[in-house]
Amino acid sequence: MTLYAFYGALEQGFAFGLMVLGVYLTFRILDFPDLTVDGSLPLGAAVSAVAITNGYSPIMAIVMATCAGFIAGMVTGFLNTKLKILHLLASILTMISLYSVNLRIMGRPNLTLLGKDTVVDQFTALVGLPQYMATPILFGIICVGCAALLIWFLHTEVGMAVLATGDNPQMITSQGINTHTVIIFGVGLSNALVACSGALVAQNQGAADVNMGVGTIIAGLASVIIGETVFGDRSIVRAIVAVLLGSVLYRVAIALALGLKLGAFSVTPSDLNLITAVLVVIALTAPTMKKKFLSKGATA
Amino acid sequence: MSAQIAIAGMTKAFNKGGVNEVLALNGLTLNIDEGDFITIIGSNGAGKSTFLNALAGCFPLDSGTISMDGEDVTGWAEHRRAAKIGRVFQDPLLGTCAGATIEQNLALAKKRGMRRGLGLGVKSKDRVFFSEKLAMLGLGLEERLKTATGLLSGGQRQALTMLMATMVRPRLLLLDEHTAALDPKTAQMILELTERLVVEQRLTTLMVTHNMQQAISMGNRLLMFHRGTVVMDIRGEEKKALTVEELLQRFTELRGEEGLSDRMLLC
Repeated sequence: MTLYAFYGALEQGFAFGLMVLGVYLTFRILDFPDLTVDGSLPLGAAVSAVAITNGYSPIMAIVMATCAGFIAGMVTGFLNTKLKILHLLASILTMISLYSVNLRIMGRPNLTLLGKDTVVDQFTALVGLPQYMATPILFGIICVGCAALLIWFLHTEVGMAVLATGDNPQMITSQGINTHTVIIFGVGLSNALVACSGALVAQNQGAADVNMGVGTIIAGLASVIIGETVFGDRSIVRAIVAVLLGSVLYRVAIALALGLKLGAFSVTPSDLNLITAVLVVIALTAPTMKKKFLSKGATA
Repeated sequence: MSAQIAIAGMTKAFNKGGVNEVLALNGLTLNIDEGDFITIIGSNGAGKSTFLNALAGCFPLDSGTISMDGEDVTGWAEHRRAAKIGRVFQDPLLGTCAGATIEQNLALAKKRGMRRGLGLGVKSKDRVFFSEKLAMLGLGLEERLKTATGLLSGGQRQALTMLMATMVRPRLLLLDEHTAALDPKTAQMILELTERLVVEQRLTTLMVTHNMQQAISMGNRLLMFHRGTVVMDIRGEEKKALTVEELLQRFTELRGEEGLSDRMLLC
Protein backbone atom coordinates (compact mmCIF):
# COMPACT_ATOMS: atom_id res chain seq x y z
CA MET A 1 0.00 0.00 0.00
CA THR A 2 1.44 3.33 -1.01
CA LEU A 3 1.52 6.31 1.32
CA TYR A 4 -0.79 8.06 -1.08
CA ALA A 5 -3.32 5.23 -0.83
CA PHE A 6 -2.98 5.34 2.95
CA TYR A 7 -3.83 9.06 2.99
CA GLY A 8 -6.80 8.20 0.81
CA ALA A 9 -8.01 5.57 3.26
CA LEU A 10 -7.57 8.01 6.18
CA GLU A 11 -9.54 10.63 4.30
CA GLN A 12 -12.37 8.21 3.52
CA GLY A 13 -12.32 6.79 7.03
CA PHE A 14 -12.73 10.21 8.62
CA ALA A 15 -15.16 11.52 5.98
CA PHE A 16 -17.45 8.59 6.81
CA GLY A 17 -16.42 8.71 10.48
CA LEU A 18 -19.39 10.87 11.48
CA MET A 19 -21.67 8.41 9.70
CA VAL A 20 -20.12 5.61 11.75
CA LEU A 21 -20.71 7.58 14.97
CA GLY A 22 -24.34 7.96 13.91
CA VAL A 23 -24.69 4.24 13.25
CA TYR A 24 -23.06 3.50 16.62
CA LEU A 25 -25.54 5.81 18.33
CA THR A 26 -28.60 4.04 16.94
CA PHE A 27 -27.41 0.44 16.79
CA ARG A 28 -25.44 0.23 19.98
CA ILE A 29 -26.74 2.93 22.27
CA LEU A 30 -30.40 3.17 21.35
CA ASP A 31 -30.68 -0.48 20.26
CA PHE A 32 -32.54 0.80 17.21
CA PRO A 33 -31.56 -0.82 13.90
CA ASP A 34 -31.82 2.24 11.70
CA LEU A 35 -31.58 1.95 7.91
CA THR A 36 -32.52 5.60 7.38
CA VAL A 37 -28.79 6.27 6.92
CA ASP A 38 -28.84 4.95 3.34
CA GLY A 39 -31.13 7.88 2.60
CA SER A 40 -29.84 10.51 4.99
CA LEU A 41 -26.24 10.33 3.74
CA PRO A 42 -27.22 11.36 0.18
CA LEU A 43 -29.72 13.78 1.75
CA GLY A 44 -26.83 15.56 3.44
CA ALA A 45 -24.86 15.50 0.20
CA ALA A 46 -27.81 16.82 -1.79
CA VAL A 47 -28.68 19.63 0.60
CA SER A 48 -25.09 20.77 0.88
CA ALA A 49 -24.53 20.64 -2.91
CA VAL A 50 -27.71 22.59 -3.62
CA ALA A 51 -26.86 25.11 -0.92
CA ILE A 52 -23.38 25.67 -2.35
CA THR A 53 -24.65 26.05 -5.92
CA ASN A 54 -27.10 28.60 -4.58
CA GLY A 55 -24.29 30.68 -3.18
CA TYR A 56 -24.27 29.66 0.49
CA SER A 57 -20.90 29.23 2.18
CA PRO A 58 -19.62 25.61 2.39
CA ILE A 59 -19.83 25.67 6.19
CA MET A 60 -23.40 26.97 6.11
CA ALA A 61 -24.15 24.19 3.61
CA ILE A 62 -22.92 21.59 6.12
CA VAL A 63 -25.06 23.10 8.88
CA MET A 64 -28.13 22.97 6.63
CA ALA A 65 -27.38 19.36 5.66
CA THR A 66 -27.04 18.40 9.33
CA CYS A 67 -30.43 19.94 10.14
CA ALA A 68 -32.03 18.09 7.21
CA GLY A 69 -30.58 14.81 8.50
CA PHE A 70 -31.92 15.55 11.98
CA ILE A 71 -35.42 15.99 10.58
CA ALA A 72 -35.16 12.78 8.52
CA GLY A 73 -34.16 10.85 11.64
CA MET A 74 -37.00 12.39 13.63
CA VAL A 75 -39.45 11.15 10.97
CA THR A 76 -38.18 7.59 11.48
CA GLY A 77 -38.42 7.99 15.25
CA PHE A 78 -41.92 9.39 14.93
CA LEU A 79 -43.09 6.52 12.69
CA ASN A 80 -41.70 4.04 15.19
CA THR A 81 -42.91 5.52 18.47
CA LYS A 82 -46.10 7.42 17.74
CA LEU A 83 -47.41 5.34 14.84
CA LYS A 84 -46.13 2.04 16.31
CA ILE A 85 -44.37 0.88 13.13
CA LEU A 86 -41.57 -1.64 13.70
CA HIS A 87 -38.24 0.24 13.91
CA LEU A 88 -36.66 -1.59 10.98
CA LEU A 89 -39.67 -1.00 8.74
CA ALA A 90 -40.04 2.62 9.87
CA SER A 91 -36.44 3.32 8.88
CA ILE A 92 -36.83 1.58 5.51
CA LEU A 93 -39.92 3.69 4.80
CA THR A 94 -38.01 6.88 5.52
CA MET A 95 -35.05 5.63 3.52
CA ILE A 96 -37.02 4.93 0.33
CA SER A 97 -38.96 8.17 0.59
CA LEU A 98 -35.68 10.05 0.95
CA TYR A 99 -34.70 8.77 -2.50
CA SER A 100 -37.57 10.77 -3.98
CA VAL A 101 -36.94 13.68 -1.65
CA ASN A 102 -33.28 13.82 -2.67
CA LEU A 103 -34.21 13.86 -6.35
CA ARG A 104 -36.61 16.73 -5.61
CA ILE A 105 -33.96 18.65 -3.71
CA MET A 106 -31.37 18.35 -6.47
CA GLY A 107 -33.83 18.41 -9.36
CA ARG A 108 -31.66 15.79 -11.09
CA PRO A 109 -29.83 12.55 -10.16
CA ASN A 110 -26.50 14.23 -9.52
CA LEU A 111 -25.08 17.65 -8.97
CA THR A 112 -21.44 18.57 -9.45
CA LEU A 113 -19.59 21.17 -7.46
CA LEU A 114 -16.96 21.79 -10.14
CA GLY A 115 -15.41 25.20 -9.77
CA LYS A 116 -17.23 25.85 -6.50
CA ASP A 117 -15.44 26.57 -3.26
CA THR A 118 -15.76 23.74 -0.67
CA VAL A 119 -14.53 23.34 2.92
CA VAL A 120 -11.74 21.17 1.57
CA ASP A 121 -10.52 23.95 -0.75
CA GLN A 122 -10.78 26.54 1.99
CA PHE A 123 -8.88 24.42 4.51
CA THR A 124 -6.18 23.46 1.99
CA ALA A 125 -5.63 27.13 1.20
CA LEU A 126 -5.52 27.92 4.92
CA VAL A 127 -2.90 25.35 5.98
CA GLY A 128 -0.88 25.44 2.79
CA LEU A 129 -0.38 21.66 2.59
CA PRO A 130 -1.03 19.56 -0.52
CA GLN A 131 -4.69 18.60 -0.70
CA TYR A 132 -4.12 14.85 -0.21
CA MET A 133 -2.62 15.64 3.21
CA ALA A 134 -4.88 18.54 4.19
CA THR A 135 -8.15 16.64 3.65
CA PRO A 136 -7.53 13.80 6.12
CA ILE A 137 -6.37 16.38 8.69
CA LEU A 138 -9.52 18.47 8.26
CA PHE A 139 -11.86 15.47 8.44
CA GLY A 140 -9.87 14.05 11.33
CA ILE A 141 -10.31 17.27 13.32
CA ILE A 142 -14.04 17.32 12.60
CA CYS A 143 -14.40 13.67 13.65
CA VAL A 144 -12.45 14.07 16.88
CA GLY A 145 -14.44 17.20 17.69
CA CYS A 146 -17.78 15.49 17.12
CA ALA A 147 -16.67 12.37 19.00
CA ALA A 148 -15.66 14.54 21.98
CA LEU A 149 -19.04 16.29 21.89
CA LEU A 150 -20.84 12.94 21.74
CA ILE A 151 -18.83 11.59 24.68
CA TRP A 152 -19.59 14.72 26.68
CA PHE A 153 -23.28 14.54 25.78
CA LEU A 154 -23.59 10.89 26.84
CA HIS A 155 -22.29 11.86 30.29
CA THR A 156 -24.87 14.59 30.85
CA GLU A 157 -28.20 14.02 32.58
CA VAL A 158 -30.03 13.92 29.26
CA GLY A 159 -27.35 11.75 27.65
CA MET A 160 -27.56 9.21 30.46
CA ALA A 161 -31.30 9.02 29.87
CA VAL A 162 -30.58 8.27 26.20
CA LEU A 163 -28.18 5.48 27.21
CA ALA A 164 -30.73 4.03 29.62
CA THR A 165 -33.52 4.14 27.03
CA GLY A 166 -31.57 1.77 24.81
CA ASP A 167 -30.59 -0.40 27.74
CA ASN A 168 -33.79 -0.73 29.77
CA PRO A 169 -36.87 1.18 28.57
CA GLN A 170 -39.02 -0.01 31.50
CA MET A 171 -36.52 1.23 34.05
CA ILE A 172 -36.10 4.66 32.50
CA THR A 173 -39.87 5.08 32.08
CA SER A 174 -40.27 4.43 35.80
CA GLN A 175 -37.70 7.18 36.34
CA GLY A 176 -40.00 9.62 34.58
CA ILE A 177 -38.49 9.68 31.10
CA ASN A 178 -40.67 9.66 27.99
CA THR A 179 -38.87 7.06 25.88
CA HIS A 180 -40.71 8.21 22.74
CA THR A 181 -39.17 11.65 22.97
CA VAL A 182 -35.73 10.16 23.58
CA ILE A 183 -35.99 7.83 20.57
CA ILE A 184 -37.21 10.59 18.24
CA PHE A 185 -34.40 12.86 19.40
CA GLY A 186 -31.75 10.12 19.40
CA VAL A 187 -32.49 8.82 15.92
CA GLY A 188 -32.61 12.46 14.78
CA LEU A 189 -29.18 13.13 16.26
CA SER A 190 -27.79 9.99 14.64
CA ASN A 191 -29.03 10.99 11.20
CA ALA A 192 -27.80 14.54 11.71
CA LEU A 193 -24.30 13.06 12.04
CA VAL A 194 -24.86 10.88 8.98
CA ALA A 195 -26.09 13.79 6.86
CA CYS A 196 -23.15 15.90 8.02
CA SER A 197 -20.90 13.08 6.87
CA GLY A 198 -22.74 13.04 3.52
CA ALA A 199 -22.14 16.76 3.13
CA LEU A 200 -18.41 16.31 3.80
CA VAL A 201 -18.20 13.44 1.31
CA ALA A 202 -19.99 15.45 -1.38
CA GLN A 203 -17.76 18.47 -0.88
CA ASN A 204 -14.71 16.23 -0.91
CA GLN A 205 -15.56 14.36 -4.09
CA GLY A 206 -17.02 17.45 -5.71
CA ALA A 207 -20.43 15.99 -6.44
CA ALA A 208 -23.63 14.72 -4.87
CA ASP A 209 -25.32 11.66 -6.31
CA VAL A 210 -28.71 10.26 -5.45
CA ASN A 211 -27.27 6.73 -5.41
CA MET A 212 -24.25 7.45 -3.21
CA GLY A 213 -26.06 6.19 -0.12
CA VAL A 214 -26.38 2.59 -1.27
CA GLY A 215 -24.63 0.30 1.20
CA THR A 216 -23.94 3.06 3.73
CA ILE A 217 -25.48 1.07 6.57
CA ILE A 218 -23.32 -1.95 5.82
CA ALA A 219 -20.15 0.14 5.70
CA GLY A 220 -21.23 1.79 8.96
CA LEU A 221 -21.96 -1.50 10.70
CA ALA A 222 -18.74 -3.02 9.39
CA SER A 223 -16.77 -0.10 10.83
CA VAL A 224 -18.55 -0.34 14.19
CA ILE A 225 -18.02 -4.08 14.47
CA ILE A 226 -14.41 -4.03 13.27
CA GLY A 227 -13.61 -1.14 15.62
CA GLU A 228 -15.21 -2.80 18.64
CA THR A 229 -13.56 -6.14 17.90
CA VAL A 230 -10.09 -4.74 17.40
CA PHE A 231 -10.02 -1.90 19.93
CA GLY A 232 -12.59 -3.00 22.53
CA ASP A 233 -15.82 -1.45 23.78
CA ARG A 234 -15.58 -1.63 27.55
CA SER A 235 -16.60 1.96 28.17
CA ILE A 236 -18.44 4.61 26.17
CA VAL A 237 -15.23 6.57 25.58
CA ARG A 238 -13.35 3.48 24.51
CA ALA A 239 -16.14 2.35 22.18
CA ILE A 240 -16.51 5.72 20.49
CA VAL A 241 -12.77 5.99 19.84
CA ALA A 242 -12.83 2.36 18.67
CA VAL A 243 -15.60 2.83 16.11
CA LEU A 244 -13.88 5.93 14.69
CA LEU A 245 -10.66 3.95 14.29
CA GLY A 246 -12.79 1.11 12.93
CA SER A 247 -14.00 3.44 10.20
CA VAL A 248 -10.39 4.13 9.16
CA LEU A 249 -9.44 0.46 9.48
CA TYR A 250 -12.37 -0.53 7.29
CA ARG A 251 -11.26 1.84 4.52
CA VAL A 252 -7.67 0.60 4.84
CA ALA A 253 -8.86 -2.99 4.54
CA ILE A 254 -10.93 -2.10 1.47
CA ALA A 255 -7.97 -0.30 -0.11
CA LEU A 256 -5.72 -3.28 0.59
CA ALA A 257 -8.26 -5.70 -0.85
CA LEU A 258 -8.67 -3.61 -3.97
CA GLY A 259 -4.93 -3.82 -4.58
CA LEU A 260 -5.03 -7.61 -4.34
CA LYS A 261 -3.84 -9.61 -7.37
CA LEU A 262 -3.75 -13.42 -7.54
CA GLY A 263 -2.21 -14.42 -10.86
CA ALA A 264 -4.63 -13.37 -13.56
CA PHE A 265 -7.35 -12.59 -11.00
CA SER A 266 -7.54 -9.09 -9.59
CA VAL A 267 -10.11 -7.57 -7.27
CA THR A 268 -12.24 -4.80 -8.79
CA PRO A 269 -14.46 -2.16 -7.15
CA SER A 270 -17.48 -4.26 -8.10
CA ASP A 271 -16.30 -6.83 -5.54
CA LEU A 272 -16.60 -4.25 -2.75
CA ASN A 273 -19.88 -5.53 -1.31
CA LEU A 274 -18.57 -9.08 -1.11
CA ILE A 275 -15.38 -7.89 0.57
CA THR A 276 -17.36 -5.86 3.08
CA ALA A 277 -19.55 -8.83 3.94
CA VAL A 278 -16.49 -11.05 4.42
CA LEU A 279 -14.85 -8.41 6.62
CA VAL A 280 -17.94 -8.20 8.83
CA VAL A 281 -18.11 -11.98 9.15
CA ILE A 282 -14.45 -12.13 10.15
CA ALA A 283 -14.85 -9.31 12.67
CA LEU A 284 -17.96 -10.91 14.16
CA THR A 285 -16.50 -14.38 14.50
CA ALA A 286 -12.93 -13.43 15.41
CA PRO A 287 -13.54 -13.16 19.18
CA THR A 288 -15.22 -16.60 19.44
CA MET A 289 -12.65 -18.18 17.14
CA LYS A 290 -9.85 -16.77 19.25
CA LYS A 291 -11.40 -18.19 22.41
CA LYS A 292 -11.89 -21.58 20.79
CA PHE A 293 -8.28 -21.71 19.63
CA LEU A 294 -6.95 -20.63 23.01
CA SER A 295 -9.00 -23.15 25.00
CA LYS A 296 -7.98 -25.94 22.62
CA GLY A 297 -4.35 -24.99 23.08
CA ALA A 298 -4.81 -25.09 26.85
CA THR A 299 -6.30 -28.59 26.96
CA ALA A 300 -3.86 -30.09 24.46
CA MET B 1 -59.21 12.86 56.56
CA SER B 2 -59.81 12.04 52.91
CA ALA B 3 -57.86 9.26 51.25
CA GLN B 4 -54.50 9.98 49.64
CA ILE B 5 -55.25 7.71 46.72
CA ALA B 6 -58.78 7.05 45.54
CA ILE B 7 -59.50 4.36 42.97
CA ALA B 8 -63.04 4.09 41.64
CA GLY B 9 -64.50 1.49 39.32
CA MET B 10 -61.16 0.49 37.83
CA THR B 11 -61.82 -1.90 34.93
CA LYS B 12 -59.47 -3.42 32.39
CA ALA B 13 -59.98 -6.27 29.92
CA PHE B 14 -57.22 -7.76 27.80
CA ASN B 15 -57.75 -9.25 24.32
CA LYS B 16 -61.05 -7.47 24.16
CA GLY B 17 -63.58 -9.04 21.84
CA GLY B 18 -61.37 -12.08 21.24
CA VAL B 19 -61.93 -15.60 22.50
CA ASN B 20 -59.14 -15.07 25.02
CA GLU B 21 -60.75 -12.02 26.59
CA VAL B 22 -59.72 -11.71 30.21
CA LEU B 23 -61.35 -9.29 32.60
CA ALA B 24 -58.23 -8.54 34.63
CA LEU B 25 -59.70 -5.74 36.72
CA ASN B 26 -63.40 -5.69 37.42
CA GLY B 27 -64.71 -2.41 38.77
CA LEU B 28 -62.15 -2.23 41.54
CA THR B 29 -62.77 0.49 44.09
CA LEU B 30 -60.33 1.27 46.86
CA ASN B 31 -59.20 4.12 49.07
CA ILE B 32 -55.63 4.25 50.30
CA ASP B 33 -54.69 6.48 53.22
CA GLU B 34 -51.47 8.37 53.61
CA GLY B 35 -48.84 6.09 55.13
CA ASP B 36 -50.75 2.86 54.50
CA PHE B 37 -48.47 -0.16 54.05
CA ILE B 38 -50.71 -2.62 52.26
CA THR B 39 -49.88 -6.23 51.46
CA ILE B 40 -51.77 -7.85 48.59
CA ILE B 41 -52.38 -11.57 48.14
CA GLY B 42 -54.46 -13.58 45.70
CA SER B 43 -54.24 -16.58 43.39
CA ASN B 44 -52.61 -16.42 39.98
CA GLY B 45 -54.59 -14.28 37.58
CA ALA B 46 -56.45 -12.50 40.35
CA GLY B 47 -55.29 -9.16 38.97
CA LYS B 48 -52.66 -8.18 41.55
CA SER B 49 -49.91 -7.28 39.11
CA THR B 50 -52.36 -5.75 36.66
CA PHE B 51 -53.58 -3.55 39.48
CA LEU B 52 -50.06 -2.25 40.23
CA ASN B 53 -49.40 -1.74 36.52
CA ALA B 54 -52.68 0.16 36.19
CA LEU B 55 -51.66 2.44 39.06
CA ALA B 56 -48.27 3.00 37.43
CA GLY B 57 -49.99 3.88 34.16
CA CYS B 58 -48.63 1.09 31.95
CA PHE B 59 -51.89 0.99 29.98
CA PRO B 60 -55.07 3.06 29.73
CA LEU B 61 -58.08 1.86 31.74
CA ASP B 62 -61.29 0.76 30.06
CA SER B 63 -63.17 2.66 32.72
CA GLY B 64 -62.73 4.03 36.21
CA THR B 65 -60.65 6.78 37.74
CA ILE B 66 -57.52 7.13 39.84
CA SER B 67 -56.80 10.20 41.89
CA MET B 68 -53.64 10.85 43.86
CA ASP B 69 -53.21 13.70 46.32
CA GLY B 70 -56.47 15.17 45.04
CA GLU B 71 -55.29 15.18 41.42
CA ASP B 72 -56.98 13.07 38.77
CA VAL B 73 -54.10 11.08 37.25
CA THR B 74 -56.22 8.67 35.18
CA GLY B 75 -55.08 10.19 31.89
CA TRP B 76 -51.42 10.61 32.85
CA ALA B 77 -48.85 8.61 30.91
CA GLU B 78 -46.56 6.22 32.76
CA HIS B 79 -43.50 8.48 32.65
CA ARG B 80 -45.52 11.37 34.06
CA ARG B 81 -46.91 9.34 36.95
CA ALA B 82 -43.35 8.25 37.70
CA ALA B 83 -42.88 11.60 39.43
CA LYS B 84 -45.16 10.30 42.19
CA ILE B 85 -44.44 6.58 42.06
CA GLY B 86 -41.47 4.41 42.95
CA ARG B 87 -41.43 0.86 41.62
CA VAL B 88 -39.62 -2.40 42.27
CA PHE B 89 -40.34 -5.30 39.93
CA GLN B 90 -40.30 -9.05 40.40
CA ASP B 91 -37.50 -9.37 37.84
CA PRO B 92 -34.35 -7.91 39.43
CA LEU B 93 -33.06 -7.04 35.94
CA LEU B 94 -35.97 -4.67 35.22
CA GLY B 95 -35.26 -2.06 37.86
CA THR B 96 -31.71 -1.14 36.95
CA CYS B 97 -29.76 -0.39 33.81
CA ALA B 98 -27.22 -3.18 33.23
CA GLY B 99 -24.85 -1.24 31.00
CA ALA B 100 -24.66 1.77 33.31
CA THR B 101 -22.54 1.92 36.44
CA ILE B 102 -24.00 1.87 39.96
CA GLU B 103 -23.47 5.62 40.35
CA GLN B 104 -25.10 6.32 36.97
CA ASN B 105 -28.15 4.29 37.96
CA LEU B 106 -28.41 6.16 41.24
CA ALA B 107 -27.97 9.48 39.43
CA LEU B 108 -30.80 8.58 37.06
CA ALA B 109 -33.01 7.79 40.06
CA LYS B 110 -32.01 10.99 41.84
CA LYS B 111 -33.72 12.94 39.05
CA ARG B 112 -36.90 10.87 38.96
CA GLY B 113 -39.76 13.00 37.70
CA MET B 114 -37.57 16.10 37.44
CA ARG B 115 -36.24 18.08 34.49
CA ARG B 116 -32.95 16.78 33.18
CA GLY B 117 -30.45 19.17 31.68
CA LEU B 118 -27.01 19.20 30.13
CA GLY B 119 -25.19 19.27 33.44
CA LEU B 120 -22.86 16.42 34.28
CA GLY B 121 -24.91 13.29 35.03
CA VAL B 122 -22.90 12.20 38.07
CA LYS B 123 -21.45 15.08 40.08
CA SER B 124 -18.69 14.58 42.62
CA LYS B 125 -20.89 15.70 45.51
CA ASP B 126 -23.43 13.07 44.42
CA ARG B 127 -20.81 10.36 44.92
CA VAL B 128 -20.53 11.13 48.64
CA PHE B 129 -24.30 11.00 48.98
CA PHE B 130 -24.50 7.75 47.01
CA SER B 131 -21.76 6.14 49.10
CA GLU B 132 -23.66 6.95 52.28
CA LYS B 133 -26.88 5.52 50.88
CA LEU B 134 -25.16 2.37 49.62
CA ALA B 135 -23.31 1.85 52.91
CA MET B 136 -26.72 1.51 54.53
CA LEU B 137 -27.27 -1.69 52.52
CA GLY B 138 -24.23 -3.34 54.08
CA LEU B 139 -23.34 -5.04 50.80
CA GLY B 140 -20.07 -3.22 50.18
CA LEU B 141 -21.50 -1.56 47.08
CA GLU B 142 -20.25 1.83 48.28
CA GLU B 143 -16.77 0.70 47.21
CA ARG B 144 -17.97 -0.18 43.73
CA LEU B 145 -19.62 3.00 42.44
CA LYS B 146 -18.05 2.59 39.03
CA THR B 147 -18.93 -1.09 38.60
CA ALA B 148 -21.35 -1.92 35.78
CA THR B 149 -24.68 -2.89 37.33
CA GLY B 150 -24.89 -5.92 35.04
CA LEU B 151 -22.07 -7.50 37.05
CA LEU B 152 -24.07 -7.50 40.29
CA SER B 153 -26.12 -10.43 41.57
CA GLY B 154 -29.91 -10.42 41.45
CA GLY B 155 -30.14 -9.63 45.16
CA GLN B 156 -27.67 -6.77 44.91
CA ARG B 157 -29.55 -5.35 41.95
CA GLN B 158 -32.85 -5.62 43.78
CA ALA B 159 -31.38 -3.84 46.81
CA LEU B 160 -30.11 -1.13 44.47
CA THR B 161 -33.57 -0.86 42.89
CA MET B 162 -35.13 -0.45 46.36
CA LEU B 163 -32.72 2.38 47.03
CA MET B 164 -33.45 3.97 43.66
CA ALA B 165 -37.23 3.71 44.07
CA THR B 166 -37.06 5.56 47.38
CA MET B 167 -34.24 8.00 46.64
CA VAL B 168 -36.69 10.71 45.68
CA ARG B 169 -39.46 10.20 48.25
CA PRO B 170 -42.28 8.54 46.28
CA ARG B 171 -45.90 9.39 47.08
CA LEU B 172 -46.61 5.73 46.40
CA LEU B 173 -44.27 2.76 46.41
CA LEU B 174 -45.23 -0.27 44.33
CA LEU B 175 -43.55 -3.59 45.12
CA ASP B 176 -44.57 -6.41 42.79
CA GLU B 177 -43.41 -9.71 44.33
CA HIS B 178 -40.03 -8.08 44.57
CA THR B 179 -38.48 -10.98 46.50
CA ALA B 180 -40.01 -13.86 44.52
CA ALA B 181 -37.02 -14.33 42.20
CA LEU B 182 -34.45 -14.36 45.01
CA ASP B 183 -33.05 -17.11 47.22
CA PRO B 184 -34.55 -17.22 50.77
CA LYS B 185 -31.62 -15.51 52.47
CA THR B 186 -31.43 -12.67 49.95
CA ALA B 187 -35.22 -12.37 50.00
CA GLN B 188 -35.06 -11.91 53.78
CA MET B 189 -32.42 -9.19 53.37
CA ILE B 190 -34.58 -7.34 50.82
CA LEU B 191 -37.64 -7.65 53.07
CA GLU B 192 -35.77 -6.18 56.02
CA LEU B 193 -34.58 -3.36 53.80
CA THR B 194 -38.16 -2.81 52.62
CA GLU B 195 -39.44 -2.70 56.18
CA ARG B 196 -36.72 -0.22 57.13
CA LEU B 197 -37.16 2.13 54.16
CA VAL B 198 -40.95 2.10 54.33
CA VAL B 199 -41.18 2.61 58.08
CA GLU B 200 -38.38 5.18 58.20
CA GLN B 201 -39.95 7.40 55.55
CA ARG B 202 -43.57 6.45 56.32
CA LEU B 203 -44.14 5.62 52.66
CA THR B 204 -47.53 4.75 51.27
CA THR B 205 -46.79 1.28 49.94
CA LEU B 206 -48.48 -1.54 48.05
CA MET B 207 -46.69 -4.88 48.23
CA VAL B 208 -47.81 -7.93 46.26
CA THR B 209 -46.65 -11.21 47.75
CA HIS B 210 -47.28 -14.93 47.51
CA ASN B 211 -46.11 -15.52 51.04
CA MET B 212 -49.05 -15.52 53.49
CA GLN B 213 -46.82 -15.12 56.52
CA GLN B 214 -45.21 -12.03 54.98
CA ALA B 215 -48.62 -10.66 54.08
CA ILE B 216 -49.74 -10.98 57.69
CA SER B 217 -46.59 -9.84 59.46
CA MET B 218 -45.78 -6.85 57.28
CA GLY B 219 -47.77 -3.66 56.87
CA ASN B 220 -50.93 -2.35 58.50
CA ARG B 221 -53.49 -3.56 55.97
CA LEU B 222 -54.07 -6.69 53.91
CA LEU B 223 -56.04 -7.07 50.69
CA MET B 224 -57.05 -10.30 49.03
CA PHE B 225 -57.71 -10.15 45.31
CA HIS B 226 -59.98 -12.43 43.37
CA ARG B 227 -61.13 -12.08 39.79
CA GLY B 228 -59.99 -8.51 39.42
CA THR B 229 -61.48 -7.12 42.57
CA VAL B 230 -60.84 -6.86 46.30
CA VAL B 231 -62.65 -9.61 48.24
CA MET B 232 -61.04 -9.07 51.63
CA ASP B 233 -59.79 -5.90 53.30
CA ILE B 234 -58.41 -6.32 56.79
CA ARG B 235 -56.47 -3.83 58.85
CA GLY B 236 -55.10 -2.98 62.25
CA GLU B 237 -55.65 -5.32 65.19
CA GLU B 238 -57.81 -7.65 63.14
CA LYS B 239 -54.93 -8.13 60.69
CA LYS B 240 -52.46 -8.86 63.47
CA ALA B 241 -54.75 -11.57 64.79
CA LEU B 242 -54.97 -13.22 61.38
CA THR B 243 -53.40 -16.65 60.88
CA VAL B 244 -52.09 -18.37 57.76
CA GLU B 245 -54.73 -21.10 58.27
CA GLU B 246 -57.55 -18.59 58.16
CA LEU B 247 -56.20 -17.08 54.96
CA LEU B 248 -55.83 -20.51 53.35
CA GLN B 249 -59.35 -21.33 54.43
CA ARG B 250 -60.59 -18.21 52.71
CA PHE B 251 -58.61 -19.12 49.59
CA THR B 252 -60.21 -22.57 49.43
CA GLU B 253 -63.66 -21.03 49.79
CA LEU B 254 -62.99 -18.79 46.79
CA ARG B 255 -61.70 -21.68 44.76
CA GLY B 256 -64.78 -23.64 45.78
CA GLU B 257 -67.02 -20.96 44.33
CA GLU B 258 -64.97 -21.10 41.19
CA GLY B 259 -65.37 -24.86 40.98
CA LEU B 260 -69.08 -24.42 41.36
CA SER B 261 -69.30 -21.85 38.61
CA ASP B 262 -67.20 -24.09 36.36
CA ARG B 263 -69.65 -26.90 36.98
CA MET B 264 -72.55 -24.61 36.24
CA LEU B 265 -70.93 -23.68 32.97
CA LEU B 266 -70.46 -27.30 32.01
CA CYS B 267 -74.08 -28.27 32.74
